[in-house]
Amino acid sequence: MKHPIAYMTDHLKNLTVGHGFWSFQLDTIGIAAVLGALIVGTGWWVGRRLDEDHPTGMQNVLEAVVEFVDEQIQGIFPARDPLIGPLALTVFVWVLLMNMMDELPVDLLPTIAGWFGVRHFRSTPTADPYTTLGMALCVFLLTLVYNVRHKGVLGYLKGYVVHPFGPYLFPFNILMSLVEELAKPLSLGLRLFGNMFAGELVFLLIALLPWWFAWIPGTAWGIFHLLIITLQAFIFMILTIMYLAMAASEGDGAH
Amino acid sequence: MTISVTLLVQMASFVLLIFFVNRVLWGPLTTIMARRQKRIADGLAAAEEGRRALDRAHEQEEEILKLARERAAEIVDHAERRARGLIEEARERAQKEGEEMAALRQAEAATEMARMREALRHDVGRLALLGAERVVQREIDPRLHADLLSQVMEQL
Repeated sequence: MKHPIAYMTDHLKNLTVGHGFWSFQLDTIGIAAVLGALIVGTGWWVGRRLDEDHPTGMQNVLEAVVEFVDEQIQGIFPARDPLIGPLALTVFVWVLLMNMMDELPVDLLPTIAGWFGVRHFRSTPTADPYTTLGMALCVFLLTLVYNVRHKGVLGYLKGYVVHPFGPYLFPFNILMSLVEELAKPLSLGLRLFGNMFAGELVFLLIALLPWWFAWIPGTAWGIFHLLIITLQAFIFMILTIMYLAMAASEGDGAH
Repeated sequence: MTISVTLLVQMASFVLLIFFVNRVLWGPLTTIMARRQKRIADGLAAAEEGRRALDRAHEQEEEILKLARERAAEIVDHAERRARGLIEEARERAQKEGEEMAALRQAEAATEMARMREALRHDVGRLALLGAERVVQREIDPRLHADLLSQVMEQL
């Protein structure tokens, strides 16, 4: 019988190399990179034999995904923008694939890693805040760029001063706006992380049950978690588009 | 949780991935889809144009047929009229020829009759002279009495 606390803490530690700032979490980085490479590789593979008249197999799937993402963008984003499309597509597909890693049996990859002498291994990159907050931070920096590009530096800063209570309460305005702006990337990243982390935790708890019973809640949670996985990927994409759309809108009070 | 290099690596991965997704997925796929959309739209427009051309051709065909029918009717009409005229003409000519022929026959008959009357008169003169010879028992010399004879013949 495994000791529950030790089992849980073991599974929630990353494969880390280095200390302090220089700590590389190789499992998160590696799996995220492999999945990214999978996307690019699939794109490259399909791209070699793109057929305009008779799309087949993977090309159909990818076209459907692209069309779906494009529809979302056109519903939200005010203008045509060369970056928003690839950005939203990347977010959706990459996050979806990384979330999917949560559906693998929780002990599968750690056990395989154990054969090679690795003590800790986490298989879901999005259950690691570094991934989700890293992406959220990128989106945040992009909103800064879009804000400045569409409203100008002064126009953007003016939003902090006069919003939401009018120019005479500017100290409050600055405080409120700062909180609001910083809350966006934080909530964006933590929402995804929280959902995936909780999902992983539940799978770990289920894994602690006796083997002849564990498959019942395991299957149920697995199916339910599929919904969460897709939904969270979709929400991350939609919020990314929306934050950038807000930044790209001309009116300065449209927060 | 402290900021670690993992965060930076994940951000870099994200940015890099966006770049590659644009290169191999978004770019080519949106291009090909836009092209296909355009081709479908063009094809539909061409089909519409073709249908309109067909309609126009049908109309033209109708018109030409109508014209042809009219022309044919005209020709038939003309031919009929001409045929009727020819028949009429032929009949008239036949009638006229018949009349002419009849007149000719009449004239010939009249000439014949005059000739026969002349011969008859001659014979009757001679018979009368013969009768008179018998009556007078004496020969009348035709040369002496030619005047008398012609006078008698005149009176017949």
